[in-house]
Amino acid sequence: MPTPPDLEWALRLEEVSRSFRIGERVVKAVDQVTASATSGAITGLIGPDGAGKTTLMRLIAGLLRPDSGHITLFDIDVGKNPMAAQARLGYMPQRFGLYDELSVQENLDLYADLQGVPIALRAERYAELLHMTGLGPFTARMAGHLSGGMKQKLGLACTLVHPPELLLLDEPTVGVDPVSRRELWHIIEDLTHSTQMTVLFSTSYLDEAERCDSVWLIHEGQLLGSGPPASFTAEMTGRSFLASSALSRRRLQGRLAQTPGMIDALIQGDGVRVTTTVAVPPNASIVAPDIPDLSFLPVPPRFEDSFVARLRTRVSEPQSASPALSPTEKPIPSSKTADIISVEHLTRRFGEFVAVNDVSFRIAKGEIFGLLGANGAGKSTTFRMLCGLLPASSGSLQVAGFDLRTAAAQARERIGYMAQKFSLYGDLSVYQNLRFFSSAYRLSGKTQKTRIDWAVEEFGLASMLKDTARDLPLGYKQRLALACALMHEPDILFLDEPTSGVDPLARRDFWHRINQLAESGVTILVTTHFMEEAEYCDRLIIMAQGNVLSTGEPEAIKAAARTPENPDPRMEDAFISIVEATSTRIPAQ
Amino acid sequence: MNSLSLQRIRGLLRKEFLQIWRDPSALAIAFVLPAALLLLFGYGVSLDARKVDLALVVQTPSPLASSFTSQFADSPYFISHPYSSIQAAEHDMTARTVKGIVWLPSDFSRRARSRGQAPIAVIVNGVDANNARLIEGYVQQVWGTWLTAQIRHSPPLLSVQTLIRFNPSVNSRNYLVPGLIAVIMTLTGALLTALVIAREWERGTMEALIVTRVYIHEILLAKLVPYFVLGMGGMAASVALAVGLFEVPLRGSFWVLATASALFMLTALGMGLLISSFARNQFVAGQIAIIVTFLPAFILSGFVFDIHSMPDMVQFVTHIVAARYLVAILQSVFLAGDVWSVILPNGAALLVMAVIFLGLARAMARKRLD
Amino acid sequence: MWRQVFALIVKELLAVLRDQKSRMVLIGPPLIQLMIFGYAATFDLNQVPMAIYNKDHSAPSRELVARFEGAPTFHRVATLTQSQSLDALIDSRKVAMVLVIDERFTHDLLTHQSARVQVIVDGRNSNTAMLIAGYSNIILNDFSQSWGSSHGAAPIPAVLDLRARYNPTLSSQWFIVPGIVALLTQVVTLLVVGLSVARERETGTFDQLLVTPMRPIDILLGKGFPGLLIGILEASVIIGAAVGWFDIPLRGGFIALYLGLFLFVIAVTGIGLMISSLVLTQQQALLGVFLFMVPSIILSGFATPIENMPDWLQTLTAINPMRYILVIVRSVFLEGATLSTLQAQYFPMALIALFTLTAAGWLFRKRTN
Repeated sequence: MPTPPDLEWALRLEEVSRSFRIGERVVKAVDQVTASATSGAITGLIGPDGAGKTTLMRLIAGLLRPDSGHITLFDIDVGKNPMAAQARLGYMPQRFGLYDELSVQENLDLYADLQGVPIALRAERYAELLHMTGLGPFTARMAGHLSGGMKQKLGLACTLVHPPELLLLDEPTVGVDPVSRRELWHIIEDLTHSTQMTVLFSTSYLDEAERCDSVWLIHEGQLLGSGPPASFTAEMTGRSFLASSALSRRRLQGRLAQTPGMIDALIQGDGVRVTTTVAVPPNASIVAPDIPDLSFLPVPPRFEDSFVARLRTRVSEPQSASPALSPTEKPIPSSKTADIISVEHLTRRFGEFVAVNDVSFRIAKGEIFGLLGANGAGKSTTFRMLCGLLPASSGSLQVAGFDLRTAAAQARERIGYMAQKFSLYGDLSVYQNLRFFSSAYRLSGKTQKTRIDWAVEEFGLASMLKDTARDLPLGYKQRLALACALMHEPDILFLDEPTSGVDPLARRDFWHRINQLAESGVTILVTTHFMEEAEYCDRLIIMAQGNVLSTGEPEAIKAAARTPENPDPRMEDAFISIVEATSTRIPAQ
Repeated sequence: MNSLSLQRIRGLLRKEFLQIWRDPSALAIAFVLPAALLLLFGYGVSLDARKVDLALVVQTPSPLASSFTSQFADSPYFISHPYSSIQAAEHDMTARTVKGIVWLPSDFSRRARSRGQAPIAVIVNGVDANNARLIEGYVQQVWGTWLTAQIRHSPPLLSVQTLIRFNPSVNSRNYLVPGLIAVIMTLTGALLTALVIAREWERGTMEALIVTRVYIHEILLAKLVPYFVLGMGGMAASVALAVGLFEVPLRGSFWVLATASALFMLTALGMGLLISSFARNQFVAGQIAIIVTFLPAFILSGFVFDIHSMPDMVQFVTHIVAARYLVAILQSVFLAGDVWSVILPNGAALLVMAVIFLGLARAMARKRLD
Repeated sequence: MWRQVFALIVKELLAVLRDQKSRMVLIGPPLIQLMIFGYAATFDLNQVPMAIYNKDHSAPSRELVARFEGAPTFHRVATLTQSQSLDALIDSRKVAMVLVIDERFTHDLLTHQSARVQVIVDGRNSNTAMLIAGYSNIILNDFSQSWGSSHGAAPIPAVLDLRARYNPTLSSQWFIVPGIVALLTQVVTLLVVGLSVARERETGTFDQLLVTPMRPIDILLGKGFPGLLIGILEASVIIGAAVGWFDIPLRGGFIALYLGLFLFVIAVTGIGLMISSLVLTQQQALLGVFLFMVPSIILSGFATPIENMPDWLQTLTAINPMRYILVIVRSVFLEGATLSTLQAQYFPMALIALFTLTAAGWLFRKRTN
């Protein structure tokens, strides 16, 4: 069933809107979106969490009906005839839609039966799919026992068992390691080249935009722009520069972020990557006459720059709610001699499974230290052991001179902890959350009041004190979570995946604060699976399968991956090359 | 496209059976829970008062008094404890060491011989009203026997013959256990089905399923068949346990039992499917299933509490409780036999309920998320 | 430390009260259960459908029939003229009882030969059958006594004078409704306490709590106390409904009642905390609550007497806190029991409470470490 040749687009959306009622609020998940996807191309649906990507995918798949507008798939009106549309599309939902209790083969059989693949054609099709996904040796394994990357490929194989004309993939790369992510991209690129399949691929990773033929950028339900990724970066030509000076990069970043004319300032390598409002190179002597030997070097624009630029024009709020801690507020410890965290030969087993294997590292006071790795790499386990939430099987760990497992409550007063997904008490109001956490950290009376006032001021929460935490936008949840973790002015801050899913502005805002905290002497330990965030760290370790693959400064780690073909590797390239070099990739049991 | 494809149904059925087989919790709800409930009820629940501790207060012993009290010693219902003062007996009743008092006052023998109609006070602790009533009934029986013996020379005015049909030994287990089967089938039918479908929504597999070429009625059918088989298996196991372990007589035919149960199972599955069409996580589905199916089946079905005794309003409500019809059939088929005058109307009601709930489940099911 | 525990208690209460779903759990199901149990769970006979087959057509037999027809317990729905339809009526459950009066009834009465009456009862519900037989006997005895005294028959030597202490009309409602106080208090306390840790584990806030300077014992106290408070509050509301709506007499003192409730809720809170410590998700917690609750209700004497159970099972009920609170609530309500008469209930419950709390503390420490 080839696409009619006269149609250059496979999918067209006309002023599509859809809202949901959450409690008493009506949320516009998709707001007047008009876009089209070219036949035979990969279209990326890109936006942060909560932007409306999944709703849009479900609308296209006929799982939801639009409140208004039309979705046309080839020549079918999806809203009127979802069954006809569903016969021509393949849809992989988040979490891949696999049955854990069924084996790889049984999952394939089920979807082949449901999609009406004739028995005679199956052997050949299965062989093709298993070869493509590399799942051939695992056909008898239960889907529940596959690793994240393998589940993702099986989910894809199930969707492709009857080749669809339009393939909808909803965040297939979430929670998957960079190697699997790259493999998935290869598979999809091969597919579109060999079969003229149209693919709509949703993701919150902005760097994936550049691999798509075309991009729909959405934010808060609205389409911010669409077109080839190059058209996005083209607008930004001549506006991106790498600033460097003798000043520490963090301070430099702090300064440049406050400078008029700069819409973005981001630590990258030894310098700070800035984006300007106009395509004119900034004049160092005008921008910051007090900073010696400040220089700006033009660099090629990225997709993210364009997103940030578009967001800046929408959001009037300044990058940071307040200048916060000025670098001089607390004296910076000049010597970073004292290791505030030290980990020696840390190992953790769960039965037979070794989650963390002989990990050692030291963190100095005032450092930002990163634990980098995919889901299941052991970084969360390491992190939990450091926080005293999980006992080590063997090895020793010291945090601020204490073993948190055995240390008295006093030791825990010195650490702040921000859990994954910004765990707050969703039913409590913003103020009640602040009040509870400050009490839990033994603040009372005047001190407590002062700190709550500080947090409200610092994080710009004054207008939403009475709001229920659950209903806050993601970026504010993140702010509130950080505020709660800082109520008692901890010496050490543990951050577990602190920026996952938030939009680039919230992410920048967050890292801005973290930098200031580090400047004031707070030690920060952060886990992340965002390779780009590794840039913000002073030092980091890369973990995979419970082992430390690499330790060092971000620049050094990237430098190690430098090859003639790739003279300026990104952190993700470095990660992949390290993982492949170690080449101990055993599929998880 | 064909709206009912054998290939799709077969694929879905195979999936369901494999999942049930590999998921211990489904098998546990289908077989272990029924067995546990049957054992708990079979042993733990009995309404028959046996060996009731009874205080016999005889203030002035006499041959007449002891002829009366000796009757209690022979009764299987009582363990009698002699007292000489009513105060001591009352004290012990308050302390719950005796449940009732039979008090022959000091002038009992004298009055009985002279004017007759000497009062014998029967005092029961009325807190447990039902138990108290049963004890009163037993005391009356003892008194009747004694009376007949006393006035042998002049026969009593009435000779009352009480015939208890179907359950002459008046064993409460015989009526509780059959009714319990209806409650158990509600659990497997409605609760398990609602939970299993909610789990598919939670895990996102339902979303993947419904965007394929499958029709919604095919999905429903493929859920119906395996859980029907599972539920009937649980029913058969319960019947076997009832007859084998608890020795409840099965006087009617097994086939009537199976047919009625099958109709009820369809109703229960219909309710489960209906619940799952609006409760899309297991937590909510479980709570709804317990409140709208399990509790009514327990209280409003006539399984323990007689429907006739409920207020009219409540009696009216019981008509929409499907378990009510099955309980009626079960109690008859087990204890009375194939009583068609019970089976047919109740069976017809079950059929109507099955059609309504399955129809509603079909109507509410959508190949959409909203 | 107390300040932290207090903050946690306030937080727990806020979390329960601000969440619509939790509020529903506290208000909706208990109300439905109170109504269902209060009205439907009754063993009292009312308007039992009966048929009369009077083969004798004279005044005495009609008087006997009138006594049955006049009793609120019975409701005559059929009058038979031949015996064939008798079985069909009972079999089809159209009637639960048939009174058959012999054709020589009047003749026998007048000639002082025992006049024959048959009471045929549907035994499919054995409890109802026993009660019908008992009621019929009372009516028949009354009849024979009044007929005898008015017709100069020799008086029978003794008559029974039936009295029921504490519940003179033997109303089931008086038995069931105080029981619901205990039942619902247990349900709500278990749900609030049993699910609270699981909910925090699911949302990830539990880790956040553990890294604060709070000790496990502080967290345990902070988690347990709201259950205690809500349990007592729930009990008070239902006590209010029992007295105000169902008109159940409350004869005893509040101290005896609330001491019992207090110990009971502590024991149940301990069980809830044990469930909480063991499970990871709210789902499992709900299952745990259900698995504990069903046997604890059935083996408590809530609906059927413990004395009727086999001896080994009776022994087992000794560890069921519900067993003791049922005695306490019912005797305080109906018997006006005092602290001293209830000692035998308080002590075992206090022991159970001590045990469940200790076990919960141990489990909690073990699971969080």
